[in-house]
This record gives sequence, structure tokens and C-alpha cells, in this order.
Amino acid sequence: MIEVKDLTKTYGNFTAVNGISFKAERGQILGFLGPNGAGKTTTMRIITGFMPATSGTVTVDNLDIFSQSLEARRRIGYLPENPPLYSDMRVEAYLRFVAKLRGLARSKIDEALEHVVAICGLTDYSSRICGQLSKGYRQRVGLAQALIHDPPVLVLDEPTIGLDPRQIREIRGVIRGLASDRTIVLSTHILPEVSQICDKVVIINDGQVVLEENLGQLPAGTSLEDVFLGAISKERRVDAVSAEETLEEVGAGHS
Amino acid sequence: MRNALTIAGKELQGYFVQPVAYVVMTVFMVLGGWFFFALLSRFNLLLQMYSAAQNGAAERFNLNQMVIEPLLHNLAIVLVILVPAITMRSFAEEKRTGTYELLLTVPVRTAEIVAGKFIGAAAFVLIMIALAGIFPLILAMFGNPELGVIGAGYLGMAFLAVSFVAVGLFTSSLTQNQIIAAITCFGGLLLLYVISWPADVGNTAFAPLLRYLSLPEHFSQMVSGIIDTSDIVYFLSVILVALFLTQRAVESARWR
Repeated sequence: MIEVKDLTKTYGNFTAVNGISFKAERGQILGFLGPNGAGKTTTMRIITGFMPATSGTVTVDNLDIFSQSLEARRRIGYLPENPPLYSDMRVEAYLRFVAKLRGLARSKIDEALEHVVAICGLTDYSSRICGQLSKGYRQRVGLAQALIHDPPVLVLDEPTIGLDPRQIREIRGVIRGLASDRTIVLSTHILPEVSQICDKVVIINDGQVVLEENLGQLPAGTSLEDVFLGAISKERRVDAVSAEETLEEVGAGHS
Repeated sequence: MRNALTIAGKELQGYFVQPVAYVVMTVFMVLGGWFFFALLSRFNLLLQMYSAAQNGAAERFNLNQMVIEPLLHNLAIVLVILVPAITMRSFAEEKRTGTYELLLTVPVRTAEIVAGKFIGAAAFVLIMIALAGIFPLILAMFGNPELGVIGAGYLGMAFLAVSFVAVGLFTSSLTQNQIIAAITCFGGLLLLYVISWPADVGNTAFAPLLRYLSLPEHFSQMVSGIIDTSDIVYFLSVILVALFLTQRAVESARWR
């Protein structure tokens, strides 16, 4: 479970994230949407403990990411925007290295490695050098690295970017398959992706949440694209407006 | 600690899959060999001249003082240039390629990251210094140098090089540009090398302080065979201060 409360992050005078709150339950895939520069990556970096928030809190399985950082970080698998690969390491050595750092017991590493290599489709690539992989395979190794310690919480920053259509479908399948007993937050620009694999959507714009909604509750016939464009075109949203009202307005505006 | 060793192992391996390590080692050994050859030739020539004079001066000739001491001093200068090249990538590269994001989000303490990088780079320079052990070995095969003094000298060089590594890690932790990391490290080390120059003029109240800060003051003590606790304390302080600052710098990067 991930709970984000009143999260604010400022860089000097620039406010990247302004009072964001949302919640992702266990077993849920939360799609995190927003135009470029809306604060998605910043939010994910705060959730994963890469940087602290200016104010507000993030809890991961009820552990505060700041005050109980090591415990909380142990539960997270994180795929940053750029897969964090050491370009001169071989895939297998890299995954072993990450597995050790993520605190996996030595005796379990072989098994875990075999498992992630298989589900990320890297079987023929484990002795390749990371720096020589194509974008799609770098992305897969990045995903494998996030999964290696079988974390209850996954944070994926644009996991399907740079993949070809077939790979996208495979990776989506992988993510879908992981969801049952995990909490997954993924950001993306691809709206159909959200409709296909996510249970819940959070749209942010200018550092604020403009929509938080379970996808099942979207009225029939409303496309996510309309919802998205409607939500981000609005002027600063008044906090009192509930998600339902927002949807009605959006629906009305586009019907 | 286990995490630190995991990182150290990966760092050390990383040096050897990159050409930088081999280039640095080759340069170090070629220059070292050249110094050794030149110093030894000079020693031979002088020995022959003084032996011919038969005034007993040749008896006082000392392989340690005339070959090993200047060799170690020269190699120390070479290290001032080479160590920044070894340490420059440690943090700077991680920041540039984005692996920093991995390093700071795995459940590993900042101090463990710094310790790991330090142990890895220190192990690398110690391997390099061990290779330079070939020179006294050659002397020992043909002559009769004092091994104790040589041991103290090499210990001094080990301390010196490891202190350089700590300073290099610190400058690398401040930037994502390897060139900046290398140049500031080089500048800092060179400054520690010449910091006692004004003290030699003898007109400043800071003279004792500047002398204390000066690297060569402590290094030459050890090279001449004197292992003094205060010199070891000096090197250990440089290492600890630099590593502490590195840890703060990495931690502060989270706050920007």
C-alpha cells in the first residue's frame, strides 16, 4: 500500500509538486498520468526515497519513507525513467549486484535471478553487457532489477517507453500478472495502456491532483482521453470539487 | 558492512573492465621504471667515481637514500596526477548515467555507499603500489638495501595514496562532471603538497600549522624510515575528514 499525503516539493522558487494526496491499495495498479513536467517523476522519486519532500508524507505499507527509510525502501522495487544500468557490467552480474544491495539472502539470489530473467524475457541476454543492449532490452533489465527482491510495492516510471509494440504487450502482461498481491504505481503517457492494465487513475497537472478515480467507476462511454484532456485543461481545481463532480463536468463538456 | 563490501567489489571489478585502470597502471609503472632506471644509473656512476677516488666516501653510499627515497617522492607526485583519474568517476558517473537513483533508493545507508566506493578505489591504488614493489625487489636481488626502511617508505606511500583517494571521492561527490571532479581533486592535492611553502620563508605565524597540513612533511618522515604515530594520525585524519565530507555531500544531494 502506498499513501501519499499533502506532498509538496519545491526547487528554489519553483514548485514541482503542490499538495498531492492519493492512495494505492494492495492488489491495485495505479496509473499516474499527467502532461510533461506535471511532477510525475518528482513524485515517484519522493515515494521511492530518492529525495525528501519539502512537506507532506509518504507511507509504504505504513512505513514512513523518510523516518523509516531503510525498512520502507526494502519493500519497494523502482524502475526510474532511465533504466539505471551500469554500462560495463553484464546483465547477470548487474542483477546479482542489485539483488545483494536490496538485501536478498545469498542463498536465494540464484532462484530470484532465474525467475526475473524468465519473466522479463532476458534468458538469452544474461551474459550480454548492459551498455550494448538496445533500448527495449535496457528497459527489461531495468524492470528485472526492480522485481528481483519480489517487492510488495512497485514504482515504475514509464515502464513501456521505448519498447516495440510486441514488447509493450509482453511487458504489460508481466505487470498485470504481478498485480495480484502487490501495489503498483506506474506513470505513462499512453492512455490506452492505463485503460488496459490499471485499476485506478490519478491525473496530475501543474503539481496538483486533478483527478483520482477508479477506472471501473468511469461512466460508460467516457473515454479516458476525454477525461484526461478535460482534467488538465481546467484552471486550478478547487479542492472541494469531488472527483465525481469533475467527471460530470468533463462528461458534459465533451458530450 | 556487507553492503559496503558488495559495492567495493563491484567498484574494483569496474576498474578492471575499463581501459582507465590499465592506462593508469601502465603510466604509473612506466614512469616508475624510468625513475628507477635513472636513479640507479646515477647511483652506479657516482659509486664508480667515488670508488676510484678511494677516499672512503663510497662506503657511505646508501641505496635507500639515493634510490628508494627519491623514487618514492617522484612516484608520490605521479600519484597526485593519477589518483584523480581513478576516483573521478566514482560518484560523478553515477549521477550522469542515472544509476545514482538506484544507489540511493536501495536499502543501503549513505555511509555504506561511501565506504564501499572508498574501499574499492583504495584497493585499486594499493594493488598499484604493490606492483611498484618490484623496484626494491630488484635492488634486493643485486644489492643489500635496508628492507625495514623501504617497508616504512611503502607504508607511507600507501597512506598517502589512500588519503588521495578519499579526497578524490569527495570532489567526485560534488559534481556530475568527471573532468571537474578530477581537476578539483588534482588542485586540492597539489595545494596540500605545496601548502608549507610560505612557512619556509619563515615570516608567518601560521608556519607550524602550514607545516602540519603539508603532505610531504609527513610523507618524507615515513620515507626516511621513521614511522611516527603523529604522521599516521595525520593521514587517518585526512581520510576521515574527506570521507565524512563525502558522506555529507551524498546525503545533501537528496535535499536539493
